[in-house]
Amino acid sequence: MELTTVWFVLIAVLWIGYFTLEGFDFGVGMLLPVLGRDDTERRVMINTIGPVWDGNEVWLLVAGGATFAAFPEWYATLFSGFYLPLLLILLALIVRGLAFEYRAKRDDLRWKGRWDLAIIVGSFVPSLLWGVAFANILRGVPIDADLEYAGGFFNLLSPYALLGGLTTLALFLTHGALFIALKTDGEIRHRARRLAVPLVGVAALLAVAFLAWTQQQTGTAGSAVAFVVAALALVGAGLGARAGREGWAFLGTFVAIGLAVAGLFLALFPDVMPTTLADGAGLTTTNAAATAYTLKIMTVTAVVFTPLVLAYQGWTYWVFRKRIATHHIPPAPAATVTAAAR
Amino acid sequence: MDPTDIARWQFAITTVYHFLFVPITIGLSAIIAGYEITWLRTRDERWLRLTRFFGKLFLINFAIGVVTGIVQEFQFGMNWSDYSRFVGDVFGAPLAIEGLLAFFLESTFLGLWIFGWDRLPPRLHAACMVLVHVGTLFSAYFILAANSWMQHPVGYAFNPDTGRAEMNDFAAVLFNKVQLVTFPHVVLSAYMTGAAFVVGIALWHLRRARTPEDRAVYRPAVRTGAWIVLVAALGVVVSGDVQGKIMTEVQPMKMAAAEGLYETEAPADFSVFQLGTLDGEHETFSIKVPGLLSFLATGTPGGEVDGINDLREKYRETYGADPGAAYYSPGDYTPVIPLTYWSFRLMMGLGMAGAAIAAWVLWATRRGRAPTGRAVLAAAIALPFLPLFANSFGWIFTELGRQPWAVFGLMTTEHSVSPGLSTGEAWTSLIALTAVYGVLAVVEVRLLLTWIRKGAEELPPDVPTDAGEDRPLAFAY
Repeated sequence: MELTTVWFVLIAVLWIGYFTLEGFDFGVGMLLPVLGRDDTERRVMINTIGPVWDGNEVWLLVAGGATFAAFPEWYATLFSGFYLPLLLILLALIVRGLAFEYRAKRDDLRWKGRWDLAIIVGSFVPSLLWGVAFANILRGVPIDADLEYAGGFFNLLSPYALLGGLTTLALFLTHGALFIALKTDGEIRHRARRLAVPLVGVAALLAVAFLAWTQQQTGTAGSAVAFVVAALALVGAGLGARAGREGWAFLGTFVAIGLAVAGLFLALFPDVMPTTLADGAGLTTTNAAATAYTLKIMTVTAVVFTPLVLAYQGWTYWVFRKRIATHHIPPAPAATVTAAAR
Repeated sequence: MDPTDIARWQFAITTVYHFLFVPITIGLSAIIAGYEITWLRTRDERWLRLTRFFGKLFLINFAIGVVTGIVQEFQFGMNWSDYSRFVGDVFGAPLAIEGLLAFFLESTFLGLWIFGWDRLPPRLHAACMVLVHVGTLFSAYFILAANSWMQHPVGYAFNPDTGRAEMNDFAAVLFNKVQLVTFPHVVLSAYMTGAAFVVGIALWHLRRARTPEDRAVYRPAVRTGAWIVLVAALGVVVSGDVQGKIMTEVQPMKMAAAEGLYETEAPADFSVFQLGTLDGEHETFSIKVPGLLSFLATGTPGGEVDGINDLREKYRETYGADPGAAYYSPGDYTPVIPLTYWSFRLMMGLGMAGAAIAAWVLWATRRGRAPTGRAVLAAAIALPFLPLFANSFGWIFTELGRQPWAVFGLMTTEHSVSPGLSTGEAWTSLIALTAVYGVLAVVEVRLLLTWIRKGAEELPPDVPTDAGEDRPLAFAY
């Protein structure tokens, strides 16, 4: 396999890692007001992802860095072209990440309420916009002969792109509900499982529509297989949720999201960012790539370190494998310190 | 302002802001790991209390460092797409490797450290913080390799067909001579900053402590921290001295600008302080140390140091008629002199003041003394800020001193900006990020002060041992 193809695959793998992992973080965040009826329940939810969310987000940073190194033209055109959506995603990720850490640092319901809002909005915005962004990458955007994005913000909001956004939104909500069902115990666990059943249905409808549309536009045999198996995995997730088999159900959405992303990349290859302009030039794995020398160094690094990362991240999930219930949540730290400090 | 200027302001604001949290993260992770290991060795509970106390402050600081770091990676592509195209083949690799080696390590093992008090054996728990620190060092190494390449590009060839710099020697990029001296300089400054943070806070508590037991908790933190500040400061000075000589060799204009030295001199004096416009003609008052600049720049007291006027001509000859000239315009090649001159002095001055205060603290707390005067209070409040802002001015100096280049000798900043970037987009981004950063600064400082006031609290009655099924978590958000 050519190195440019290897890196196309590796970048797909990084995005698969990002969406399958941070997908449930986003879902948990968005469901905070739905599943968490009081502060303790919300803390149960946040603590299911507490030790892992930051590591999950690093998949995005590495996907971005790897694109910069392996396909500089793709990185440059994509990031400068999708300017406002990316800015919104950045702002969302900033307030959301801080919220996890800062929310519990003061025992004050107004303080917590504000950070809850940051978590909810900060999870919603990327969940929607990542789908919009990927749909635009697949459908193509106006790119001129200098490989520069020549459109505006509203070019990015076609019906197809919005369907893509709703699809990632619904998938992440479902993924998050099933994660809560898998990782908590007590009332909240049952609530999450009950909610997951209709959510899977909605997500499946949207996903089938979006993936079928994609398949019809740029699909290949490979993407068709991936999409069909992804849809089947969603059906499996629904059956699992209904039967109370949370582990299988979560595996279902995990596989569905992973294969849907894999299918999108298969449908995209060998393009990385096609153009919609007749006199424009699209980006492909060849014309966007770094030199063979750089790709070779990157390949060696990736081959050595990716398994190591997977091993220790996997181990983290093993360490924190226990379900969390409301009685595991310690009382909140004292709000004021005056007495103790004097 | 045109989009380039707005993008430059955004880069300056977001980078200086991000780098307020970075050195504290690097320095403090090492110190906390040290506390925890000392606790395991001695089983002296004071060290565990310090671990937990500074651990909380560390997390408040780390969180904001992480989220502002994401902006750094994204804005190269968003605002500086032509730069990204031109350098991606060289500059992208260390960035990607930083993510893979450093960010995963830091984030994963910090998660384990925060939540793992009752899940991991104590040694493994301490090892997690050690790995977080190793992660910060990897991170510093790769990002500084990328920055050093911008100061002194090596290990590449310019390809006229693709119009970009292409890497041909990764080892040369990683072991760039600028990098080899920048890395110790930055990491030692970070140790100094982290330790000054600890000394300031511990000293404040030591002064307020009413019981010998409380004093016994903070005293070791003050003493060890002040020693770290001093030893690190020595390393910062030595590495900075070597850096100055390398800078004189590879970026002579930056050295001349740092001094406001317009005419070539041998021997050249070091200007400590100067009043006037710094345009080389209106000097009204200055204090100079004879021959010191020659010594700093060349290693000999009589060495010749090139002045701005001569260098400008040399740069015009060298860079004015180059085949790759599409990426830069024949210009002035002179950075903004007053900014480089004063940021260079503020960097050194604040750093030295921090070291001096640390030395005074060591003397004032010698042999069990616990002074409570106003001077102690002033020292405790000033100390954390001095090396911190010295870091900021160091970066302002080194980045502004490189201008008008983005990549020295290869690409100017004005050619680096995204060609499609509109003024509206650039303003939206600058205003949104600055506003959010401003609010977060207020929130962060207030939160830090709240938790600083609490101090190193007594240990809770059941410190992590056996984990029964229904026991509450040792730590929860």
